[in-house]
Amino acid sequence: MAGQNDERKFPRREFLVRTLQLPCSAAVVTVLGPLALGSDAAAASQSGSETSEHYFGMGIQVDKCIGCGKCVEACKAENDVPREPYYFRTWVERYVIHNDGDVSVDSPEGGIRGFPLHEGESDVLRSFFVPKLCNQCDNPPCVQVCPVGATFKTDDGVVLVDSDYCIGCRYCIQACPYGARYLDPRTNTADKCTFCYHRITQGLLPACVEVCPTGARIFGELNALASPLRRLMRMSSLQVLKPALNTEPKVFYSKLDGEVR
Amino acid sequence: MKIWRIPDQVIRLAVVLVAAVAVLVVVRGRFVPASFGETGHYRADAVDVVAAQPIRYAGSQICVECHDGEGEAKSGSFHRTVSCEVCHGPAAAHAEDFESQTPLIPRERGAECLSCHEYLSPRPTGFPQIIERLHNPLQPCIGCHDPHDPTPPEVPESCSACHAQIARTKAVSHHLTLECETCHDAQAEHREEPRSFLPRKPTAREFCGSCHSESADSPADIPRVDLRDHGERYLCWQCHYPHHPES
Repeated sequence: MAGQNDERKFPRREFLVRTLQLPCSAAVVTVLGPLALGSDAAAASQSGSETSEHYFGMGIQVDKCIGCGKCVEACKAENDVPREPYYFRTWVERYVIHNDGDVSVDSPEGGIRGFPLHEGESDVLRSFFVPKLCNQCDNPPCVQVCPVGATFKTDDGVVLVDSDYCIGCRYCIQACPYGARYLDPRTNTADKCTFCYHRITQGLLPACVEVCPTGARIFGELNALASPLRRLMRMSSLQVLKPALNTEPKVFYSKLDGEVR
Repeated sequence: MKIWRIPDQVIRLAVVLVAAVAVLVVVRGRFVPASFGETGHYRADAVDVVAAQPIRYAGSQICVECHDGEGEAKSGSFHRTVSCEVCHGPAAAHAEDFESQTPLIPRERGAECLSCHEYLSPRPTGFPQIIERLHNPLQPCIGCHDPHDPTPPEVPESCSACHAQIARTKAVSHHLTLECETCHDAQAEHREEPRSFLPRKPTAREFCGSCHSESADSPADIPRVDLRDHGERYLCWQCHYPHHPES
């Protein structure tokens, strides 16, 4: 047989060595490859956490909101949000709880022009305003679903949209459990509250916090030892919206009624 | 004869593979933005793009650098937490160029005051509210109130001037005929400095019992309970809302 005749030309030892080399080299590549790449990624994230000294959050005192809508107006002016009444980065909802326990929620034009007197006023057990905005989740569903990496969480904890990179697929608008996103009709890209990132990086307050006449909104550092926000967190019991979704919002509400969704 | 002759088909496959990898590298280099992945699965430069957005609201700290008189008046008044730009509108352009850019100066009776001070039941108790069509009709607000120090020119006569929500609730309840002072002992100073002199509230079950207990000396149609066995573990207002006891 040919194999037996050619034994000297292709010895068994060489055959075994060569057959073993293949899986060995594959194993080396699979083990070392990710290690080499991983060290790059680790270095990048380390430098990222070094540069970020901020971790922003917001507190909202529901019992101080007077429903004047100045925050909605200021947000639209500051961030050039379309004026049509279906595009909001922040808006105010009015909850009315009737004597029979029924709850009605309204937000005419997001509350930008205030609220009309509620009809059937004598039937009201209690009512209050709840300002809403992007919750800047620590575990953001909108970021998970973005197919291109156009929405992301910065090291400051703020969730932003890269409008140059967004393809306008609307997945993030569907994914947001708080209804905080909209599709900008001029650019056909997703948009949302940025905590006024251009202001807070320069030491200013977000526009809605700046104009809130009663101080219902408090903005600050979540990891600072002393800040107005930390004081609020120390002094009052706080809730977040839809805690069961495990989105870990960084917008905290105090004195929030159990009916608020 | 060579032992390790690379077969032709392997060479062809290798050429295709190398070409495919080359195309992938070129296409990836062409389409993936420069800073993508530097700090995460996103374009790191996008953070700077968002941060470069122009500022419209200057912040009241800048306003009072020139308008120090108004800032001084406001800092001790009820409007101390109200930023200048709440009424005067976004003023960053005015702060840059104060000669050609003028902010809003609202003088008429209208939305600027009423968006906060018109009566609405969801507004917090104690927040000063008026019913616009009853409160000095057609007069401009700034005729009587200085917006930078809006202390009312006359001390409010009725509790409902500030506590409109409670007054309105009480007006449709069985307690409508009771004066606020029946239950609350409000000092005179409360009308001028409401937060420094808080009115007192009842502290004991016996206070409600003075009308509603079996032995009370009160009109016969008032509902009665036996204080000894009616909710003895609780204070009355832990279950009943005194301004609307039916609810």
